[in-house]
Amino acid sequence: MKLSLLLTAALTAIAPLGAADWTQFRGPNGDGLSSETGVPVRMEPSSLTWSIALPGRGLSSPLILGDKVFVTAGSGARQDRLHVLCFRVTDGALLWERQFWATGRTMTHEKIGAATPTPASDGKAIYAIFSSNDCVALDLDGRLLWFRGLGRDYPNASNSLGMSSSLVVVDGVVVAMVENDSESFTAGLDARTGVNRWKLDRPKKANWTSPVVFKSPGQPNRVLLQSALGVTAVEPTTGKIAWDITEGASTVPSLVVSQGRLVIPANGITVVEPGAGDAKPKSIWRSAQLRPGTASPVVVGGRLLTLNDGGILTCADAQDGKRMWQLRLKGSFSATPVVAGGHLYCVSEDGRVQVVDPSKAEGTVVSELALEQTVIGTPSIAAGSLFVRSDSRLVRLGGTALR
Amino acid sequence: MARVYSVLAASWLLGAVAIDAGAAALPRKLASSVERLKAVGPEGQGNAAAQAAWNEVAKAKASQIPELLVAMDGANDYALNWMRAAIETAVQRESAAGAKLSLKSLEVLLRDTRHHARGRRLAFELIQKLDASRAQALLPEFLQDPGSELRREAVAQLMARAAGQTNAAKASAVTTYRQALGFSREADQIEDIAKRLQDLGDKVDLAKTFGWVAKWQLIGPFDNAGEVGFAKVYPPEERLDLKAELAGKSGPVKWFPYETRSEYGLVDFNQAISSLKGVAGYATAEFWSDSARSAQVRLGCKNGWKIWVNGTLVFGRDEYHRSAEIDQYRMPVSLKAGKNILLVKCTQNEQTQDWAKEWEFQLRVTDEQGTPIVSTR
Repeated sequence: MKLSLLLTAALTAIAPLGAADWTQFRGPNGDGLSSETGVPVRMEPSSLTWSIALPGRGLSSPLILGDKVFVTAGSGARQDRLHVLCFRVTDGALLWERQFWATGRTMTHEKIGAATPTPASDGKAIYAIFSSNDCVALDLDGRLLWFRGLGRDYPNASNSLGMSSSLVVVDGVVVAMVENDSESFTAGLDARTGVNRWKLDRPKKANWTSPVVFKSPGQPNRVLLQSALGVTAVEPTTGKIAWDITEGASTVPSLVVSQGRLVIPANGITVVEPGAGDAKPKSIWRSAQLRPGTASPVVVGGRLLTLNDGGILTCADAQDGKRMWQLRLKGSFSATPVVAGGHLYCVSEDGRVQVVDPSKAEGTVVSELALEQTVIGTPSIAAGSLFVRSDSRLVRLGGTALR
Repeated sequence: MARVYSVLAASWLLGAVAIDAGAAALPRKLASSVERLKAVGPEGQGNAAAQAAWNEVAKAKASQIPELLVAMDGANDYALNWMRAAIETAVQRESAAGAKLSLKSLEVLLRDTRHHARGRRLAFELIQKLDASRAQALLPEFLQDPGSELRREAVAQLMARAAGQTNAAKASAVTTYRQALGFSREADQIEDIAKRLQDLGDKVDLAKTFGWVAKWQLIGPFDNAGEVGFAKVYPPEERLDLKAELAGKSGPVKWFPYETRSEYGLVDFNQAISSLKGVAGYATAEFWSDSARSAQVRLGCKNGWKIWVNGTLVFGRDEYHRSAEIDQYRMPVSLKAGKNILLVKCTQNEQTQDWAKEWEFQLRVTDEQGTPIVSTR
């Protein structure tokens, strides 16, 4: 025991200082961009720092906070055992695991499972939700802060194909989109206790998109809820609707905020710009040529990139939507590309990591690495590494291994 | 089979003796914390108080773990998760500190089916961590366990044994799979066993195994254009008169008998009435029970639906064409001694995709473990 404690203390001490944490779906700003440096551009077998088996399936992205990686998983024939796991960044050692019994319905499409939504963190706790609409808060050492069975509390809140909306936490409120064909709502849960701060009825229509926090200098935070009806901005602490756009939107890929503009998967891509003081957003441009698949759009270096399910990566000028180039990647895609050092990290469903340089006149694949595992979930970036969670493993590519 | 029964009986006795002899009350502070965990309820009720209590329970010593598992008795589904997380945290800390859990105490608890299935399951998982081979050796005792997780794992072990026999001794494999089929209560496991038996030349009567309600009276179509028919109260919901002629969507409609021949018990309105869109149909069946008892109505359906038992609405759901599976919805009900009346409303929307054609449901009545209860008449 003494040895393990000493080892833990030593590893904590050598954890990279000031490294950018990855705190939610698509990173700290929900836009897929990381400020991390040193992530390998040339992916090769030696990039594999560690790979560890997970006790269950999942699509959720790992969160990385300091020297800890957090990931959720679902196991059991009915995907009714819910796991939250914490590993050490440096060597992938399991630090703790908590398991829960699902209290809501666990039936999903075979491609997804209980651990489809990505957790969120405010740096103090991990908030994890599962397809069963069970929601749990744990501190970073695995102490249970609260548990909510939203599928038990609201018994028609479920989707027989599964739920996938990730969480966001903002202004002390955990926002959970539980939007489906029947008992459809989004709830703001008190981050300290999990009780409802607000609960907003939402369109009775299955929805797999995730909420996005909209931050604007000098303006109060807003949470953007995308649905088949459009985009609704709500006050995080009250759930009061600040404004909405009702021209429809996709129910699979989620909008991204870039340079104060909303890039919405709607009629292809629709870009709008919210005004000050909750003024209704004005339309900037729209392009039917930029139609994302399951993956959400990403904006890097003034370029907007969309990826369809068949692996066609399309690049457009983010200012006006004018198409610049297309690149065919290998494989089918569900994962949203993430960005570090100006490079796009795209992971196909058969586990092929493809690093794309989008900055030139034509997009180029700089390197690729076949993990030979099924990957549906979006990867994460932190500690100079790409973290990929496959259907069965958590993989760290890059960074420094424990020697 | 006889051996299993005798092992079960012996283990129950052992468990009862040990529990009576060895029960040690938790210290007052710990017991009080457990009570606060067990007081959590819907919508986060009790969460704030439970947070501090959880920290206390998570400090429990290794010797207190069996009593904490016992304390899961009577906990609701929210509280079970609070308890589980606290117990696992305590075990992890105590194990790291070198404290030993008592395998014997865990086994006693595991075997005593008076305790909550979830507490017993957690005891089994702790035994697995302490001594995986011992856990495997215990599994055959749980082929008839009231807890679905233990029972499933015991059946899976039996299936693995049958799979190992397939090449060497086909007759033995069939016998072992048949045993597994008799114990299994999980639909996917039953289907898997049936397929393996079929491969061995032994056909399973799936309809009988699942125990579907097969004989119904149907009526329809009623209007569900714009999905308004889900909420609309048509005459069968107010008064069930099988001789009545009612105003349907396109003219008068009457009840008619329908018996499903599907091995999956599908009551198919498209086949029985017509392939229609924006419609609602009703199915009713008599279900006879020898005694008043609790049961579950288990439904699979990808249309909108509502179910009434003896005139009382049990549940309803207006989700269309996402997916369906056996036992998709499990609803606790109370059956009367004698005749019970089941009424199902099944609504079809106006989607036109190929995958939105089905207008059907499957229904069975079971006990809590999934053992079919068949109408006695």
